[in-house]
Amino acid sequence: MIYLKLFYEFAKIGLFSVGGGLATLPFLTDLGNSTGWFTPADLANMLAISESTPGAIGVNMATYVGFHVASLPGAAVATLGLVTPSIAVILVIAHMLKRFQQNRYVQNAFYALRPASTGLIAAAGMGVVSISILTLSDYSQTGNLLNLVNWKALVLAVALFFAMKKIKWHPAAFIAISAVIGIVFHFGS
Amino acid sequence: MTELVDLFFTFSRIGVLTFGGGYAMLPILQREIVEDKKWAEDSELADYFAIGQCTPGIIAVNTATFIGCKRKGVAGGIVATLGLVFPALIIITVIAAFLRNFADLQPVKDAFAAVRVCVCVLILNAVIKLGKSSVKDTVTLIIFLCVFLLSFFTNYSPILWVVLAAAAGILVKGGRRA
Repeated sequence: MIYLKLFYEFAKIGLFSVGGGLATLPFLTDLGNSTGWFTPADLANMLAISESTPGAIGVNMATYVGFHVASLPGAAVATLGLVTPSIAVILVIAHMLKRFQQNRYVQNAFYALRPASTGLIAAAGMGVVSISILTLSDYSQTGNLLNLVNWKALVLAVALFFAMKKIKWHPAAFIAISAVIGIVFHFGS
Repeated sequence: MTELVDLFFTFSRIGVLTFGGGYAMLPILQREIVEDKKWAEDSELADYFAIGQCTPGIIAVNTATFIGCKRKGVAGGIVATLGLVFPALIIITVIAAFLRNFADLQPVKDAFAAVRVCVCVLILNAVIKLGKSSVKDTVTLIIFLCVFLLSFFTNYSPILWVVLAAAAGILVKGGRRA
């Protein structure tokens, strides 16, 4: 039953991901690897769309992955799965908010959870780098170190990195510019 | 009942107006919830946000549940959260269905190959920003490096590293202030 499985998997993500934004990315990477529902490239594409559309990134990603796996009902079920643990946890602690927030054990757990979440996102990011900037299959075929990197992609990455430092546009603007550059310079071939 | 409807549509509007979630949502919550609806005060909103960050799940969802719960109890919490995610369901579904039909065209493939490069840079920037606020001393640096390397080089679920990190934080710090 694909819907039950989707709900269960996204409920797990909702329960164990900490923080906002990209916090769900490492869990989704793991989900793709273990179920085969989507490839790392699919996930990176979905992340780009999720960053460029209104709404919280985590919610958008859940909706997109759910749709990718099982169309509109899948999107609804995955999103409901994601938010169910949040609702449950918060309704339980709502009447003792302050005490919960100031509890030393909770604070100490989150003191360690935040760098852990950052580490997980960094590792998931390396996964995206390995499929979009590195060309590991070319390298293993030829053994030539020059074939390890997709040079067009690397130049774009460095240019984008410095452009984002200089110009404080919304990520969606840089994603749109990248799409145009990709079409003009045939990044897909 | 009317307040539940109001909660749903207010949070739907917040869902549409927020790009990116997390902190991007705070100014919009301030305008909609504090100034417009007067459902909470600035200091309460800051508290909700802080608590939303130290409970599991998406910060935006947690904050919506809090405010809904404060207004109308359990039903309010559920309705506010459903309101928040409703626009994403519509918008993403339309885009996903549209893109599915064109995914095999060469220009679309070219565009996404470059967009994935952009995603790498966005993730790198997010990691730098999160790192600055979360890696504060030797212990947090060690936790960051351990989780990064273990997660990258092994295939265990991230859940394992999250649980171990939480345990490590409690063990290392004990009952002392973080």
